[in-house]
Amino acid sequence: MGMTMAEKIIAAAAGVASVKPGDIHTVELDRLMSNDGTTHLTIDMYNKLKNPRIADVNKLVWIVDHNVPCDSVKTAASHKKMRDFAKEHGIQFYEGEGVCHQVMMERHVTSGELIFGADSHTCAYGAVGAFGTGVGCTDYLYAMVTGKSWLLVPETLKFNLTGKLNDGVYARDFILSIIGMIGANGANYMAMEFGGEGLKTLNMSDRICICNLCVEAGAKTALMEVDEITLDYLKAHGREPKHSFKSDEDAVFAKVYDIDLSTIKPIVAKPHFVDSVADAKECAGTKIDEAFLGSCNNGRIEDLRVGAAIIRGKKVHPLVRFLVVPASAEVYRQALAEGIIDTFMEAGAIVMNPNCSVCWGSCQGVIGEGETLISTGTRNFKGRAGHKDSFVYLASAATVTASAVKGEIATADMV
Amino acid sequence: MGKIFKFQQDVDTDQIIASQYIIFPTIDEMKGHAFESLDPDFASQVQPGDYVVASENFGCGSSREQAPSVLKALGVQAVVAKSFARIFYRNAINIGLPVIVCKDLHDNVNAGDEMELSMQEGVVRVNGKEYACTKLPEYMQGILDQGGLIASLNE
Repeated sequence: MGMTMAEKIIAAAAGVASVKPGDIHTVELDRLMSNDGTTHLTIDMYNKLKNPRIADVNKLVWIVDHNVPCDSVKTAASHKKMRDFAKEHGIQFYEGEGVCHQVMMERHVTSGELIFGADSHTCAYGAVGAFGTGVGCTDYLYAMVTGKSWLLVPETLKFNLTGKLNDGVYARDFILSIIGMIGANGANYMAMEFGGEGLKTLNMSDRICICNLCVEAGAKTALMEVDEITLDYLKAHGREPKHSFKSDEDAVFAKVYDIDLSTIKPIVAKPHFVDSVADAKECAGTKIDEAFLGSCNNGRIEDLRVGAAIIRGKKVHPLVRFLVVPASAEVYRQALAEGIIDTFMEAGAIVMNPNCSVCWGSCQGVIGEGETLISTGTRNFKGRAGHKDSFVYLASAATVTASAVKGEIATADMV
Repeated sequence: MGKIFKFQQDVDTDQIIASQYIIFPTIDEMKGHAFESLDPDFASQVQPGDYVVASENFGCGSSREQAPSVLKALGVQAVVAKSFARIFYRNAINIGLPVIVCKDLHDNVNAGDEMELSMQEGVVRVNGKEYACTKLPEYMQGILDQGGLIASLNE
């Protein structure tokens, strides 16, 4: 019987010829990413071990991205603990370089790897055909100490893509549509795999956006077939694939969906659930107080270009704060070189340093009681961006930027 | 016996413990804020041995292990839900917090009801009625039985 991409990666990491859904295997991890959301707790647990040790320090990447720059004395203590430990043990460490997943994509991840990240959006790495999955700090610590972990082999939902997205429709609209269709737990415990001719119309930025958000349908991981676009991206970043797995013709999928990309429309996810989706035009006119263009989901140069093209020569609405946060230092510098930062600043946007920002609602730009944010961030849960009685809509870079100009939810053709 | 604290479906980990608290230095400093947005009295009222009962997809969203950790630190005996999001489920087992799938319980009980759980028998008892639970796979029950994943590192 054939295997899916997810099954092939687990089989390789477990050192066995084949695996099937439901099996539990001990696997060797290729890479272990952790950020400032939980690493301070991991270190505390590490220090309490009878025999603390790191299996292979070269697998570890630690990234301070959630509260950068530091916003409180308590955060400073957690950051210092992480910084000092990384230095003492020689762990690859980044601070201020960008949101962890963007930094990982730019500098570390390659096809066929099995990666644990102490962050739920680790599934983004499927954009280059790597099996990334989010874990907590106990799982992380176990893998850090042993180099291994246990994995239950997931079933796979397969999405065969045809056609191409229409002008003014983006990868964010596509993945929100999918999450709306299958629901917030529609892929719980499962892998989501994307392939087909339609995939070839999506660039690497689109692919990261799509894979990144799959955890919002509950997915354990997301995977995309490795093709020329993947190989070009890896080459441009100085890396080679580890494996270029494809699902076998006779692989067994839990369900197969055929999606024509040309049928996708601009979408928003309404408060307070990512699967609470609607046509963006249906929500047009909803007043907003803040707009956010950034995050590991939509803070890449391609997203900033989309926003800049819409806002060039226009102004941010006087009653709106528009936060623009490049996802990494590399993206920021590219945006500077292209004049995109100037464009946003001339329009009255607040341009911030690369970090998670208001996407996780504990640092920059938090919103107050009764306020409404439209965001390219990852989640719109109750209180996610600040006060428990505030409202978050999720949308594409285009819809967010158009809304910032209009002062209410709007699509790009409305400004 | 413990008291039931009842929650609905798609309770995400931001509701269990909000972002602004998870970077606090210790779980003890965070635990007073558990479920703050949904039930501001939860942390002050929950007693060791009490239960959280929820509907589908409990613990979706962020991978923050602080979510099961604050519940355990407050003495929650187990979380019983119709279904769990996978990262929360795995984290809970790893730290030794029992997570029990029971399809029929949520619709038939009220907040404040007294409940008894027998993991060995795979049943919960509330108001004189018994509800069958799904038993954990052997591998995961083994992790739970040894008090969590870290115990195996100290052997």
